[in-house]
Amino acid sequence: MNGVHDMGGMHGMGPVVVEPNEPVFHAAWEKRVFSLRLACIYHRLWNGNMNRHAVERMPPADYLTSTYYEHVLYGLETMLVEQAVVTPQELESGRAAGKANVAGVLKADGLDTLLRNRVRARLDDDVPARFKSGDHVVARNQHPAGHTRLPRYARGRQGVIDRDFGVYVFPDTSAMTRDPKPQHLYTVRFAARELWGAGAAARDAVYVNLWDDHLDPA
Amino acid sequence: MSDHDHHHHDHDHDHLSEHERPLSGPALRVKALESLLTEKGLVDPQALDTIIETFETKVGPRNGARVVARAWVDPAYKQRLLTDTRAAIAEFGFFGYGEDMVVVENTPQVRNLIVCTLCSCYPWSVLGLPPVWYKSAPYRARAVIDPRGVLNELGETVPADIEVRVWDSTAELRYLVLPERPPQTAGWSEEQLAEIVTRDAMIGVAPVRVPAGNGR
Repeated sequence: MNGVHDMGGMHGMGPVVVEPNEPVFHAAWEKRVFSLRLACIYHRLWNGNMNRHAVERMPPADYLTSTYYEHVLYGLETMLVEQAVVTPQELESGRAAGKANVAGVLKADGLDTLLRNRVRARLDDDVPARFKSGDHVVARNQHPAGHTRLPRYARGRQGVIDRDFGVYVFPDTSAMTRDPKPQHLYTVRFAARELWGAGAAARDAVYVNLWDDHLDPA
Repeated sequence: MSDHDHHHHDHDHDHLSEHERPLSGPALRVKALESLLTEKGLVDPQALDTIIETFETKVGPRNGARVVARAWVDPAYKQRLLTDTRAAIAEFGFFGYGEDMVVVENTPQVRNLIVCTLCSCYPWSVLGLPPVWYKSAPYRARAVIDPRGVLNELGETVPADIEVRVWDSTAELRYLVLPERPPQTAGWSEEQLAEIVTRDAMIGVAPVRVPAGNGR
């Protein structure tokens, strides 16, 4: 979707402000919401692409004025309600109307296993690659209303396939219909001048990870 | 709200600890959500504590620094790191949490910079959780269109004859920059080298510097 989350190349956001000796978390609630989201992954009731799309659907003015962990909270609440794990009334009241229909729960000693075994996006499906290293490609000029990993700044631009990583889940369909639509994932090198015009440095480049369904031969 | 909570509103908030302070918007929502999910049997509060402890103390840029230092002293390891990154990092017992890894190497001709313009993707297993500036709109917006300007602001001017490569983490691949080893570290041990490798160097926004008085 052409949302405010797709920030590459936007102006007016101000300077990059670095906080010296920054702590891992800035408030107790940030720790709690971070851990809640991770603990909920255990149930596999939704996938990470669906969660990302939930965050992208946050109203744009809210997205820009809230912090990362507020995005995490919004995404988690949205998934829990949309996947009917909790009701809006339960979320509102903070009181459970009944137990959730889940097989078990993440225990402290199960964390290592959860982190090591988290579903990989790499697939073993035998799908032919449409491109190989060195091929000239153009990123499609397409504007899906749903989730996409093709940033606006690369659409319609020409690049060169840098590397083929093999077959991966396609997040654009995975987020919308849970269809993994297995296909090859590449790194595409775009010259900075192709993306940003003559004002960009001649040697510089931006590398973007894109899938077969984002690309055409140039 | 209990009388106990009301009582605190009469105090100067600056002098209250985090636990005594009245809860703000997101803090209240998170507290309600945690109690709801616990009551529904979806989360176990002890597991939540373990998750927090893990990311506060066990995962962080010291992990990545060890990987970089080994690549600097062991050419065979460096080769594995560049070609079979996930396995090479796993040799340390650091796991990618489902994401595959890519290491991009700085050279005298090439500088690499990592960003996630669409989200805040970051190599947790080797760098821990990202700093706020990495997740912020200014960095996500500007790193791709004005990497040299961002580097300048962060204290480094990259000469025009050096190529700047920006890596936008749009997939389930996480990038780590293998910085250049400072020439004055000849003869240093792997442990000594790991001490000077910073988070920012592994994101690509700073070179590795030898602290004053540490040269030999």
